[in-house]
Formats: sequence, C-alpha cells, structure tokens
Amino acid sequence: MLHGGHLLSVLIFFPAAGALALMMLRGDDHKYIRYIVLIVSAAEFSFSLLMLRYVRVGDAGYRLEEFAHWINQPPINYHLGVDGISIFLVILTTFLTPISVLASWKSIEHRVKEFFVMLLMLEVGGVGVFLSLDLFLFFLFWEVMLIPMALLIGIWGHERRVYAAVKFILYTMAGSIFMLVGIIWLYNATNTFDLPTIQNMLATGLLALSPRTEMLLFLAFFVAFAIKVPLFPVHTWLPDAHVEAPTAGSVMLAGVLLKMGTYGMIRFCLPLFPGASHRAARWVALLAIIGIIYGALVAMVQPNLKKLVAYSSVSHLGFVVLGIFAFHNISMQGAVYQMLAHGVSTGALFLLVGMLYDRRHTFEISEYGGLATPMPKLAAFFLFVALSSLGLPMLNGFVGEYLILLGTYQRHWQWASWAALGVILSACYLLWSYQRVFFGEITKEKNRTLPDASAREKWILITMAVVTLWMGIGSVFITRRTAADSQAVIDQVEPQRPYEAAAPVRPGQQAARVAPGVASADSPERSGTR
Amino acid sequence: MNSAIPTIADFYRVLPELLWCGFGLLAMFLQPFVRNRHFFTALAFIGALAGMAGSFLSFRNPGAGFYGLIQADAFSFFFHLLVGTVAVLVVLAAGPYLDRERLPVAEFYALLLFATAGMGVLASAQELLTAFIGLEMSSISSYILAGYRRDALKSGESAMKYFLLGSFATAFFLYGIALVYGATGTTRLDMMVDADPLGTLLKLGLSMILIGLGFKVAAAPFQIWTPDVYEGAPTPVTALFSAGPKAAAFALLLRIFATVPAATHFWFWAFWILAVLTMFAGNLGALVQTNIKRLLAYSSIAHAGYILVAFAAVTSMAKGGRSEAAVAYAAVLFYLLSYALVKLGAFTIVSQLGGAGEKNLSLDDYAGLSQRQPVVAAMLSIYLLSLLGLPVTAGFFGKFYIFKAAVNSHLLWLAVLMAINSIIGAYYYLRVIVLMYMREPSAESAAAAPVGFPLTVSVVLAVTAIGTILFGLMPNPVINFILQPTLFGH
Repeated sequence: MLHGGHLLSVLIFFPAAGALALMMLRGDDHKYIRYIVLIVSAAEFSFSLLMLRYVRVGDAGYRLEEFAHWINQPPINYHLGVDGISIFLVILTTFLTPISVLASWKSIEHRVKEFFVMLLMLEVGGVGVFLSLDLFLFFLFWEVMLIPMALLIGIWGHERRVYAAVKFILYTMAGSIFMLVGIIWLYNATNTFDLPTIQNMLATGLLALSPRTEMLLFLAFFVAFAIKVPLFPVHTWLPDAHVEAPTAGSVMLAGVLLKMGTYGMIRFCLPLFPGASHRAARWVALLAIIGIIYGALVAMVQPNLKKLVAYSSVSHLGFVVLGIFAFHNISMQGAVYQMLAHGVSTGALFLLVGMLYDRRHTFEISEYGGLATPMPKLAAFFLFVALSSLGLPMLNGFVGEYLILLGTYQRHWQWASWAALGVILSACYLLWSYQRVFFGEITKEKNRTLPDASAREKWILITMAVVTLWMGIGSVFITRRTAADSQAVIDQVEPQRPYEAAAPVRPGQQAARVAPGVASADSPERSGTR
Repeated sequence: MNSAIPTIADFYRVLPELLWCGFGLLAMFLQPFVRNRHFFTALAFIGALAGMAGSFLSFRNPGAGFYGLIQADAFSFFFHLLVGTVAVLVVLAAGPYLDRERLPVAEFYALLLFATAGMGVLASAQELLTAFIGLEMSSISSYILAGYRRDALKSGESAMKYFLLGSFATAFFLYGIALVYGATGTTRLDMMVDADPLGTLLKLGLSMILIGLGFKVAAAPFQIWTPDVYEGAPTPVTALFSAGPKAAAFALLLRIFATVPAATHFWFWAFWILAVLTMFAGNLGALVQTNIKRLLAYSSIAHAGYILVAFAAVTSMAKGGRSEAAVAYAAVLFYLLSYALVKLGAFTIVSQLGGAGEKNLSLDDYAGLSQRQPVVAAMLSIYLLSLLGLPVTAGFFGKFYIFKAAVNSHLLWLAVLMAINSIIGAYYYLRVIVLMYMREPSAESAAAAPVGFPLTVSVVLAVTAIGTILFGLMPNPVINFILQPTLFGH
C-alpha cells in the first residue's frame, strides 16, 4: 500500500457514490439522511488525510499519480495527481464539507435529501478540480461544479436566490467557455491535454508560443479564474451569491469555489504562460490591490452582515492574487496559506452569521446590538474568528497575509505598501461591525432572549477555532510542504532568478533558460537580464 | 457494376429504404381492415427497427449502388442508424399522443416511415436527382404530418407555411441541380471531382443548392418558418422535424463537401456568414420566448448555427485534404447524434406534459415541476444541460468537437462568436431549469394530478437520457467509428 493505490480516485468517487446512494434512498426520514451524509463526509475527510503520508517535505512534483486513457480522439486521459499545493486545498474541501453538513443540520428543512446530494456533488467537483492533471478533466470538474452550487443557492437560498443563482452561473460560464477555447487552442499547439506533458514541452523548448498567442491564451485562462476568485471588476456576482446562499453554500463557496480560481492561476496561468504572466503581472497586481482596498471599503459601509463578510472575501482574495503575481517564493507560499486560512476563517464567519440568521432571520446589522449579553459564547467565538480574519498574530490569517506582504515587498515595495492598507482596513470593518452587533445596548426587544450556542453549534465552532489556532501556531507543518512546489512554480515563471532556487536545478529547466521560444516571448528589458 | 441489370448487392444497399417504404405501404393497406390502434404502433415500431437492421446489411455491402446513384458506406450507415433511431423513438412517443388527441394512427405511421425513407435516401445519395427525390419524399410527408391535427388552427397554419416556403426552397434546390448539370455535364457527385471551382455557372448552382438545403436545416436567413411550424405541428412531429430532416440535409451537405472539391473551395465565406447569422438569430430569438415549443424551435436554429460552424471548419480544412477535414466531419456527426437524442427527449416530455389539445405549453406551466414530477424535471434538466453543453452530457462533447474543429482551422473569431452564443444560450436553458426547480407552481397546476407517462414514452425518455449521459461519458465508440478513414467509402 505504500504507493497509495487509487487513493485519489477514491477521494473523487467516494462522495459521488455517497450522493448516488443517497438519491436511491427515500427522502422522508431526514435524520437518517443527515447521519449518512455526515458519516460519508467525515470518512472522506479521513481518507484525504491519508494523502499526507505520500507528499514528502522538500520534494516537488506530483504524487499518487493515476493515469488511464479515457477518450482516444482527441487523447483525453484520466490523470490525477497531488502535490504540496493541491493537497491542502483538497483537505480544506473535505474538512469544510462535514462542517457544512453540521451547519445545515437544523436550518435545512425542506428537500433535505436533495440538499445533501448537491453538497456531496459539490465536494466531488472541488476535489476533482484540485486533483486533475489533465486540462480537459480539470475543465470538466470545473463545469460540473456549477450546477450543484447554483441549485444550492437557487433552491435553499434567501429572498433573491433565483437572481443570485442565475447571476452566479452566467458569470462563471462566461469565463469558462473562453477557457474551453483556450484549452483547445493549447491542445492544437501541443497535441495533448496532459498538464505535466505540456509543462515538459515548455521546459524543453518543444513548445514555443508567440508572444501574442501566449497572451491570448493567458487571458482565456485568466479571465475564467479571475471571475471565480473574484478579482475586482468581475466580483459583482459574489456578494449576491453569498448573501442569498444558505450557510453551507456560503461556506463551500468561500472555502472551495473561490480557491479554484486562485489555484488555477498557480497551476495553469503561471507555469504554462510565463512570459504573458510577466507582462500582465503589473496589471493583475493593480486589480488585486484595487480589490483589496475597494473590498475593504465597501465592507466597511455594509449594513448587511453577510455582505460584509462577502466583501471581506474580495479583499482577502486580492491578497492571494497579489501574492501569486509577485513571483516570489515567500509570497507564493503566503498565497497558498492565505487560501487555506481564508477558507477556514471566512467559513467560520459565515457559519456564525448563519447562526445569527437562524435566530433572528435577518442579516441587518442594525437589527442586532448588545448580543454579547444574551449569548456570550457565540460572541466569544465571533471575536476569535474576526481576529483571525483580520490577521492577529498567532492566528491563521496573520501567517498568510504576513508572508504575502513579506514576499511582495522584496519584489515591489509599492505593491506591498498599498496592500498593507487592506490589513488596517480589515481591522476597521471587522471590529467595528463586531462592536455594533455584540456590544452596546440591546435595542431590539427580541434580542434579549436569544439562546446561546447549542451543543452542535459549539462543536462546530470549537473545531473551527482549534484549526484556526493550530494554523496560526503550527504553520510550519503546512509551509514545509508547500515550499518545494511553490518554488517549482516560481522556477517555471522565472528561470533566471537563481538566488531563490533552493531546490537543485533539474536538467530540463536548464534547457528552458536558453529556449528560444521563451526568450522571444519576453519583453526587451527582461531578455537583457539573461 | 457496368452490367445493365442491378445486382443483388444494389438492393442490399437500399434495403433500409425499401423496408421503411414497405412497412409504410403495409400500414396504409391494412388501415381499412384493422381497427386495433396498437397493432399499427407495433407495425411501425417493427418497420422502423427492420430498416435499421437492414442498414447493417447495406453496411456489409459497401460501395456505389445503382450505377453510382447511391453510395453505401460508413457515413450512410451512421445516418441510417440515426434517422432509424429517430423514427423508432418518434413511433414510441407518438402512440400515446395520437390516442390522446384522437387522431388516426395508420396514416401517421405510414407518413413517418416514408419520411424516414426519404431521409435515408438523402444520406446515401451520391447523385443530385436521387437526393432531390429523397428530399421530396421526406418533405412532402413532413408537410402532411405538420398539419396532422386537422382541427387545430395552428397545425393548419404550420402545414401551410411549411409547404409554401418548403416548396419554394425545393425549387431553388432543383434549379441549382440544373445549373450544376449545365456546368459539369453530370449530376453525379463523384464525377464532379475535376469541376472548375471558378466557373460562374457552377457557383450559381451550388449557391442555389445551398439555399435549398439551408432552408431544410433552418439556417438564417432561411429560418423564418421554423418557430411557427414547430409550434403548430403535433409535438412528436416537431421532435421528428428537429432531429430527422435536419440531420439528413446536413448529411447531404457533408456528402457534397466530401466529394466535390469545387464546393469546398467556394462555400467557405457562405458558411461563415450563415453560421454567425444562424447562431445569433436562434439564440436572440429564444431569449424572449414564453412558449416552450417556440423556445426549443429557436434553440434548434441556434444549434444549426453551431453545426454550421463545423461546416465552415470543413471548408477551411478540406483544402488541406480529407484527412484534415475528418475532425470536422466527425464533429458534425457527433453533434447531430447528441442533438437528435436531446431534442427527441425534450419534445417528448413537452408532448406529454402538454395535455389534451396541447394546452400547457407556456413556460409558466413548468414552474415548480420538480416538486410535482421530480423524475421528469430531472430528465428535462439533463436534456437542457446537454443543449447548453455542460460536461458529462453528449452535448458537451458535441460542442467540444466543434470548438476543436474551428480552432484547428484557425477560425478563432468564429469560435469566439460561438462561445458568446453559448453564454446567451445558457440564459434561456437555465431559465427553464430555474422555473422547474426554484419557482413555486401556480395554484391550478399544483392542484392538477401529475401527468402520467405511459411505458412507451418512458422508454423514449430512458433511451434518450441514458444515451445523452453515456455518450457524454464514453464517446469513444462513436468517435472511433466516425473518424475512420473510409467514412465515405473511398
């Protein structure tokens, strides 16, 4: 069993099988359904932890690879693999699913069976996206994920759910259809959909794209990812989707779907189109910084608590994109770390907002106030999570943002300076909203008698808090494993920066440095640095 | 092959058509004597299946038949199976419909089988006059079928419109044949290989043929008839229209492409423009529809546009030899297959949910369907998602192959326009899904008993839905078959 067998396939198909089995069941006994889903998703989480055994520290490259021919014309393969970056995103997905199940234990009352089927399908899509090493397979999971998410929003969401669901799906499809064209175009140039093969062709100079082609391809991929992240001008679907989605939907949306965008940038945009990534970097960084500041400012003036959290996502994800496009190992690792931290702490924020909603059926901050008196425990958890989200040292948000700023600063101190504003602003909007919701006089009579966290809620929140704290203290556990693969990505984007290359240079990359295609793709001043 | 007397193999090569016509005639003859309606359904079912079985025999005897009038090869085999499947499924779906609407059965099935035979002739014709006969066989039967609900005003309107515009288009087609004959001295496609692609007469003739066939496939600007005809015709007939004649007309176009180099040289821009116009006409039209049949009709136009994109790719690639163009041919064939399955399934559901007299055709009648009839709603969602082109459905691979063909031939702009159209399309397909899953049903439809789905109709739905998913997961067998180098026999 040392080779891990078909662990990755199990990870993808186990929840799918669970969903299928659930569909066969009769839908009237809600209790059984909830327990079954909880067991399935918890088992899936423990399976995903098994991957940790196979991803070695300090060693880049894909592990646990699975390869099977699927379609022969054009050659599309079922190719899975996991590396130091994707492993934690998979674990994040499998971790958030049982949490979402628990969070929907009471709040989902109608069409319970369908709800959990959709949730498991969402998990299948998320895990599949992070594990696919075939562009086509990646696209397939990417698209498949849309439908369960849209249905989660559209069926179990709040008042304007249909509008939000349609907006979500149209935005995402608009991006991904161009990615499909890009994938096919890339196939045309390479005759393969296999990501490692294409990377290899780039490294050995077999594939040389003209600057214009490379830029167009980069954009085809990047726009799809940017919409999913979401980056500044295309973020408008996110607040609607978040506000209207049920709690579990929001958690998965923030925790998994948004990460698919940033993951795509790391996995595809940078390694496949290094020249174009370089030329686009300053514009992307500009958008990211606008997103950071704009998201924070809009969050500050939100009267709606859930929308506030949603806009804080725009701001936090801006950090991630900035970290990725600074092309520095530290900021890259920070970006990966921030993806995980954001998934946990924003997920927890959505859970807490959902718990408030369960009690009062409103997200309006003005409806609350002085909640710390009737519900001290919930208030304490909320403070803890808010502090982690705004980047208090010792908690998870700090590590990511710090690494991103540190790495970015070494490349472009201006970028880091602007982005640092976001850290300050996030403290403003989170603490201010916390004050308005939990402190002060109780203005609404209904709030006086609200029940504190139930046992189930307490367990959910304790789990989230423990993970938050552990990620803040034990961050080395994660960064040790992401280091080599982040460096590998940087190596592919910037082969000419030797001083960071901690990993020994492989023969393939040596060739890449003199590859004519890459050289011609560069702007004059960069070629001069060779 | 030079002997004056047709060989037995020649008859094998037209066996599917012979069987379809034979069973059609049989149904007509027996009509006065047999009162049992189920008998005719069974007869037509067996007849349609027999024709499909016959196509295997024709496939086993490949080559030109009847002095080069028709050609039996993998290509014609594929289309015979396709139109045969369409016929079988339409028979199954039409049985309960005809009972419900109290319409005579025997003539319906006879006409259906004649139309199928005509489509078969179109698919294997290698000579333009033979193709014309096939076109007329399928068209004339179609005109009558469109007006089959004699008492319904819309059905009459549908038949009248279809007939007037259709005969006009057929005239174009025939005139085109005459001009091509004048230019080349032959009507056999395989003898036009050396035709001068620059000859004005040939260009004129080919343009007219294109107009005639463009009408049949509902390509803009010849698509005006489609929504009205689709809406007025009995819904199983609409299912037939959207799947069968379209596939057959595309088959003939492909055959012309594959055998006449002059056509491929000349038609590129025509197809480029036709494709763009058709995609936009279909998708923009569908956006504002409130009637499900009209919505699906406009979606048919849009999908014809997508297929025309592949044709533009064919024309652009065929210059590089047939092996280059094979990808685009395969794209068209796969798309037609996936599309036929989906449209048959969708129209069958529409036909069944329409109720007596086809009253419930408004989109609002589909609100909250998932609560009343979850299985039906799920099936319709599968079809719509396939039309939309979402993965794990056959429609996705169809669209994927067309994108691939377009990118292969460097038609990036066309690919981008198609992508934009796919997004527009997503909106109205999703609208139906949203209605079914996210809206509450109206008071009266919630009170109404769920519509029953008889066994035969359920079979149609099962076959089309399973086929859609199956070809979406494992397109290998089909793709391997249609990518074989001897697709056109030579």
